[in-house]
Amino acid sequence: MRRRAEAWERFAATSVPTEAEEVWRYSGIDGFDLDAYAPAPLAAGLESTLAVARRLADSLGPRAGLVVTRNGTIEAIEMERSAPEALSVTNTRTAPRAAAAPETLGELAPGRDAFGELHDAFVSDVVLVGVPRKTVVADPIVVVHLVDPGAHGAPGVAVFPHMLVDLGTSSEAGVIELTAPIVSDGPLPAGDESDTTPSPMLLVPVTELRVADDSHLRYGNLQVLGQGATSIALQASCVGRDASLQSFTAGLGGRYARVRTDSDLLGQAGRTSLLAAYLGTGEQVHDFRTLQDHHAPRTESQLLFKGAVADTARSVYSGLIRIRKGARGANAFQTNHNLVLSEGAHADSVPNLDIDENDVRCSHASTVGPIDEEQRYYLETRGIAPAVAERLIVLGFFSDLAGRAPFPGVGRWVEEAVHRRMAGRLSAQGGTDG
Amino acid sequence: MTATSPTTEVSRGGSHELVIDGLRAGVAGLEVLTGVDLVVRSGEVHAVMGPNGSGKSTLAHVLMGKPGYQVLGGTVTLDGEDLLRLAPFERARLGLFLAPQDPIEVPGVGLHQTLTEALAGRGMSPDDAKGSLAARALVEAQRVGLETRLLERPLNVDLSGGERKRSETLQMALLQPNIAVLDELDSGIDIDGLHDVAQRVRDGVAEWGLGVLAITHYRRLLSVLQPDVVHVLVRGRIVASGGPELAGELERTGYAAFETAARADDSGTGIQN
Repeated sequence: MRRRAEAWERFAATSVPTEAEEVWRYSGIDGFDLDAYAPAPLAAGLESTLAVARRLADSLGPRAGLVVTRNGTIEAIEMERSAPEALSVTNTRTAPRAAAAPETLGELAPGRDAFGELHDAFVSDVVLVGVPRKTVVADPIVVVHLVDPGAHGAPGVAVFPHMLVDLGTSSEAGVIELTAPIVSDGPLPAGDESDTTPSPMLLVPVTELRVADDSHLRYGNLQVLGQGATSIALQASCVGRDASLQSFTAGLGGRYARVRTDSDLLGQAGRTSLLAAYLGTGEQVHDFRTLQDHHAPRTESQLLFKGAVADTARSVYSGLIRIRKGARGANAFQTNHNLVLSEGAHADSVPNLDIDENDVRCSHASTVGPIDEEQRYYLETRGIAPAVAERLIVLGFFSDLAGRAPFPGVGRWVEEAVHRRMAGRLSAQGGTDG
Repeated sequence: MTATSPTTEVSRGGSHELVIDGLRAGVAGLEVLTGVDLVVRSGEVHAVMGPNGSGKSTLAHVLMGKPGYQVLGGTVTLDGEDLLRLAPFERARLGLFLAPQDPIEVPGVGLHQTLTEALAGRGMSPDDAKGSLAARALVEAQRVGLETRLLERPLNVDLSGGERKRSETLQMALLQPNIAVLDELDSGIDIDGLHDVAQRVRDGVAEWGLGVLAITHYRRLLSVLQPDVVHVLVRGRIVASGGPELAGELERTGYAAFETAARADDSGTGIQN
């Protein structure tokens, strides 16, 4: 409670960010009204919540366990028999405090802004995934965050999910987080505009990934919120010596969805691979801010973010590679490619380097452009309608990313979601057959 | 897109006719085709030869409707249908095929997937398209000498020039167009490859009555293709047509005589615009 109160005081003392600040440039935050939201009341447990979550998780392939949250409250934790006994998945609100967890909670990602404070003030449950040293968990733990907008109308619900993954030395595990509105049946959500009455909701999720020396974490994050959702997410990771993090983020949903990714390479020869795919249609805004922060020698970070915007959607990618003094022999790569599918759509790409050490290899590349006319024409010469050609090219654009996803099920899921979104666009346009 | 869709039903073994009449076209404000007349029917093989810059590739692109080219006059019909008012994909569905001179890479878009969509666009159900393709593609790959592992690869990505031409020929064989325009099918491919693809085209003429308009610089392709007619394209129009022997004559004497005559002709009548 004290933590909460302190966070609230800090929040109250902080001003809500404006676009005048570089890290919020292009974000549209100036039009944001926090008073339109209220923290979600504790939801009554519903049988259907679990069924929906299982169905979503099943689509991602085999798993070691399933955690289901509803409006930020943990509803269920189910472990598969195949999961190693040493693996611990708990709720820090109800479980005895694990050695590693709450004292250090919130320590990652220093320099948090007003939304970080807001999160700390209102967070209810924390999903704690603890993997003891030398433990190998083959299948991923799937964490499904469901958001129930409740009754329509203002204020919208505000939800503050939190997950902490803690890998001990020489361990291996995978975790997939999936955030979706609660939909009891029908096809899997693709973050599309099919919800005709978008419910306003605010999500401020925090994910902390601690990868100790010589351990290896695979992480997937899939966000398919409806068009009424504002999401301001933080993913913070620290990677130790000879350790690795492979991360894949898919941003498909939300009206405004921001993900800040802070990746700290703390031990020598630590490695991160940061991948993200995003697709915006309608009036969506996707906003990615990344930091590849190299503290130690011979560390390596590979970042590849790819996105497409259509209609009047917008995207922002802004990333910084920081090589600190002492991080000799570091390798850092940052690549951002954007496809702009409509005249009214817009993508910004701002890569940056900040290097305080010699003997390092860094590169960044970014592109923003429309679909290659020659490619579209070539497919047309085979008898493929332009809108179908566009869908194929967009799918092709994402296919290398999907192929490199740390879980095959996640790669497939993203390809299918993009396919459905593009096909939906096609029929919505009344385009020619395909 | 709002235009009425052309019929997607392709009648096999029927007689089809591509009629080019007085076609004038240009690119970037320059008139390149100055009046092309040509008729290609099912089962016929026509070769168009000509020096660089004579308008050969422009002819291919204008027939398919590539953006950026302007039609300045004349008509083109396929089985009586006005091709020039149709989008490229509609022309393809009507039975026109273009194997471009330099097939481009389309990253992430598989050959198989492309053909499935192409057949689906011609009215075949996706399941049927997939089912019939898989087996036929293997056979066709063998016939054109394309390694079967390349069937699953993205279109033309990391393929050699020769592999691209084999892939184009395979796609043509699987789509079975009525009229195929082959723009320098012989460029970038070695002798063995050239024989494979030319033989496949020739077989198509016999198998389903394919009509061919083959644009080339060299006689090599024609020794297998065995054209019925050879046309000489100079300064944007056909200045001579003849039997296969014309190709041999061109190889001995070059285009100089034709060019001189065409230039004299142009200055006599004056180039419009």
